[in-house]
Amino acid sequence: MDALTRDLREALESLDRPRIEALFQRAMLRYSPMEVAEGVIVPALEQLGAAWEAGTVALSQIYMSSRICEEMIERVLPPMAPERKGQPRQAIVVLSDYHMLGKRIVLAVMRASGFDILDYGRMNVGELVERVQSDNVKILLVSVLMLPAALKVKALRAALDAKGIEIRIAVGGAPFLFDPELWREVGADVMGRTAADAVAIVRRWMEEMA
Amino acid sequence: MMTSMQRVMTAMAHQEPDRVPLFLLTTMHGAKELGLSIRDYFSRAEFVAEGQMRLLEKYRSDCLYPFYYASLENEAFGGETIFIDDGPPNSGGPVIGRSEDIDRLAPPRVADLACLQRGLETIRILKERVGDSVPIMGSVISPFSLPILQMGFDRYIELIYEQPERFARLMAVNQSFCADWANAQLAAGATAIGYADPMSSTTNIPRALYLKTGHRVAMETLRLIKGPAAIHLASGRGLGIAEDIVATGTPAVGVSTLEDLTEWKSAVGDRLTLLGNLNGVTMRHWTGAEAEHEVKQAIAKAGRGGGFILADNHGEIPWQVPDEVLLAIREAVDLWGRYPLDWVE
Repeated sequence: MDALTRDLREALESLDRPRIEALFQRAMLRYSPMEVAEGVIVPALEQLGAAWEAGTVALSQIYMSSRICEEMIERVLPPMAPERKGQPRQAIVVLSDYHMLGKRIVLAVMRASGFDILDYGRMNVGELVERVQSDNVKILLVSVLMLPAALKVKALRAALDAKGIEIRIAVGGAPFLFDPELWREVGADVMGRTAADAVAIVRRWMEEMA
Repeated sequence: MMTSMQRVMTAMAHQEPDRVPLFLLTTMHGAKELGLSIRDYFSRAEFVAEGQMRLLEKYRSDCLYPFYYASLENEAFGGETIFIDDGPPNSGGPVIGRSEDIDRLAPPRVADLACLQRGLETIRILKERVGDSVPIMGSVISPFSLPILQMGFDRYIELIYEQPERFARLMAVNQSFCADWANAQLAAGATAIGYADPMSSTTNIPRALYLKTGHRVAMETLRLIKGPAAIHLASGRGLGIAEDIVATGTPAVGVSTLEDLTEWKSAVGDRLTLLGNLNGVTMRHWTGAEAEHEVKQAIAKAGRGGGFILADNHGEIPWQVPDEVLLAIREAVDLWGRYPLDWVE
């Protein structure tokens, strides 16, 4: 799988669609859809995420790669596929601000990795608390771009606590990258530096919740 | 003692002025000074001009910064602005709902738009008040970055990769508007223009693609702007395209806090003035000692020989940054920014 992952990562970085498709087909001949998602696509996207953090890959490549991977996986592992069952309820949201790219990338990476995840779009704190409660969400991924939106996670946590809702919150977005302590300040459980981090975080939490 | 204008011009000529110039790029803080909401503050040219003058007196920054908010230019294309109480206004829904809309898009006329005329009036008032003693920094969003607001970041990336002809048409429309808007600001009294171009940052697109897109757009647009225009990548990384930025002919560049000023200085020498790179997000909770440390470090890295203006890394200081921190930055520049910088090893 390592060679496949390496080749896929290179093809994704250069957005070579025919080669990406050929590598995906080759992987599907050897492994199950979930094995391809977890063993080939996730590591390739993780490597791209690390390269973005290091400044050698750009956001446009991350976005296009995650979108292509999402499309491929959804062909063989549709949203309601049985392999996706048994996951704790999880959702992703853009809190307060109007910048959707970060959420779009994380959503694509999560779906490409075989996760079922509710897409809440953009919500304010009050609306989000109600939805989380009614959907019985256990894991919430919060994406923001603007600092005021990042600071609203504090109000979100307070509102959830006031209702006695037990939920784990992972945050991500530019303000958290520029201030590495901000996630603690606002009461999140963890921050993700890249979209691929979200996969590792949710996997870890799923094991802890099992 | 030099005036702010003399100080900035000397630094930009890559000589050492009396002290390191400081651009405290406060936009919303003027609303606090006037006791107004951010929405009300930006509703009248006189408010923003008065706010800028009060901030100038309070912090003795070396420029006036009559920038309203990024969504203003999206408003010019018919977009909506959504105000919040504690931060910069956001752009509402995209004005380019479908990529086909680009085929019918036309550049709005600066003279017809009240939102832009407010900005021009602010510049005119400031120019009357300070004459040539303080630089007035105008601002435009680059033609290459404006589509992030016009159509959403994700759909814009797809457009760049998948629809080159429509992308070219959108650039032509935006370029025409951008040059008119910049030149109107210069005519109103702006000393220079900040060309905000985060999309060109290597954080957002790879260099090879930048050379075919944002770089070409910048080369052409900067030629149409009848005054100095400093490229600002708005927190994005730029070292990987430093040589390309020099090639645009810009006199200055905004440096990200994610990058090292020493590396930038070494890469561009006296070909670009560096603007930056204090971290505006962590600035919210700096102590006086931390502010002094950050200022001292930036000056030590980039101050020698001029060609450096101390500023935040984004081009806008967050609303949440308290006055005490801004005053501490001011004091630290007074203390450590005096030329010659004998204390720097």
